[in-house]
Amino acid sequence: MVAKRIIPCLDVKDGRVVKGVNFINLIDAGSAVELAKRYSDEGADELVFLDITASVEKRKTLLELVKKIAKAIRIPFTVGGGISELTDIEKLLKAGADKVSLNTSIVKNPNLITKAARQFGSQAVVAAIDVNIVNNVYKVFIKGGREETELEGLSWCKKVEELGAGEILLTSMNKDGTKDGYDVDFLSELNELVRIPVIASGGAGSKEHFLEAFSKASVDACLAASLFHFDILKIKDLKEFLLANGIVVRL
Amino acid sequence: MISIIDYGAGNVASVANALETLNEPFVISSNEVEICRADKIIFPGVGEASFAIKQLHMLNLFSMMRMIGKPLLGICLGMQLLCDSSKEGNVSCLGIFPTTGEKFDETKTKVPHMGWNNVNQTKESKLFNGITNEEYFYFAHSFYVPVNNYTIATAENGIDFSAALEKENFYGVQFHPEKSGEAGLKLLENFITLC
Repeated sequence: MVAKRIIPCLDVKDGRVVKGVNFINLIDAGSAVELAKRYSDEGADELVFLDITASVEKRKTLLELVKKIAKAIRIPFTVGGGISELTDIEKLLKAGADKVSLNTSIVKNPNLITKAARQFGSQAVVAAIDVNIVNNVYKVFIKGGREETELEGLSWCKKVEELGAGEILLTSMNKDGTKDGYDVDFLSELNELVRIPVIASGGAGSKEHFLEAFSKASVDACLAASLFHFDILKIKDLKEFLLANGIVVRL
Repeated sequence: MISIIDYGAGNVASVANALETLNEPFVISSNEVEICRADKIIFPGVGEASFAIKQLHMLNLFSMMRMIGKPLLGICLGMQLLCDSSKEGNVSCLGIFPTTGEKFDETKTKVPHMGWNNVNQTKESKLFNGITNEEYFYFAHSFYVPVNNYTIATAENGIDFSAALEKENFYGVQFHPEKSGEAGLKLLENFITLC
């Protein structure tokens, strides 16, 4: 049986890891390659790198970083942040990334999912979807959570599955940085709706929150950032706790 | 010397990184002659089967791979391409293993099968020498090879499927040893030193 995954997420700017609380107030948490290696050694199942660099030199810096990470670790990793072209995806995968996560670009150009899945396989295409509650409705946000769209959360998730995405990385902006747990209700509904793996993101503050997301919402993977970066929670301790509570994890 | 076949549909960089970690000399090549010169061949693969087979034909590698008597390891899609055919794009493949790649049933399980799964070694093989039974390896695929006479290990995702195959000089693994931590490195080392 496939194990439930624990995925540290590293927000990267100019090769360094930063993590925002509710997407603002960035605090430096270390070198991306060093942290990647540490997490790989500590038993992370995968890593996600979100590039938030805004400069023109961005692509080149990111490709160099991806090459270094691919040399340093022997577990799969996903790269996201500002990817909008098939050629960008090809370069990142060739540099050693296993998957790319697409967010703003697929809202603007949904066909990109289909084209990327056809060329690289759907297992390489992660649809990253940021949702927040607006007037009691889950709306999809783009541009790092700064811009609201007309799209409704669940229907957009279903759409990306139909278009060929291999996985959904769902970030609940209403929970992000709060440390009071994943949005279990929304994730449960999402998990009922789609047949591709779902990664939960936003709100993790304790081991119990991971257990809740796996046991109640049946998600396939849980992502967290600052909890791991600032050593509040050790991956090994978390996995032992999950295993003791009946969740299949890789130890 | 190991050659890694580069046919435009493989995660070549990751396999190369793993061999670097093992200090194994290798070449990455799409050239028939260069590939033939190597002692052992690694045939990686991600992406779509019919596109990959087309690439092999265009690079004139199809017949060579069928005929070559040297140890050859197909990884992920690479393993599926060693079978008779694949339902992914309904394509005729290399025909080493007499079976067909099927798609996982979405009504029974999540597809793609993505993540770490334990691998049950069902037959003795040098490939798994020194690797604990039920060890975790990393998988990422939507199509699978049914269990058959040449299956040496299985994994479960709704149904039991072939996690590894072996027939004469041909080996295949559905998982990604290059992405499966220490156990994956050990398997690659076994292929290089024992097979």
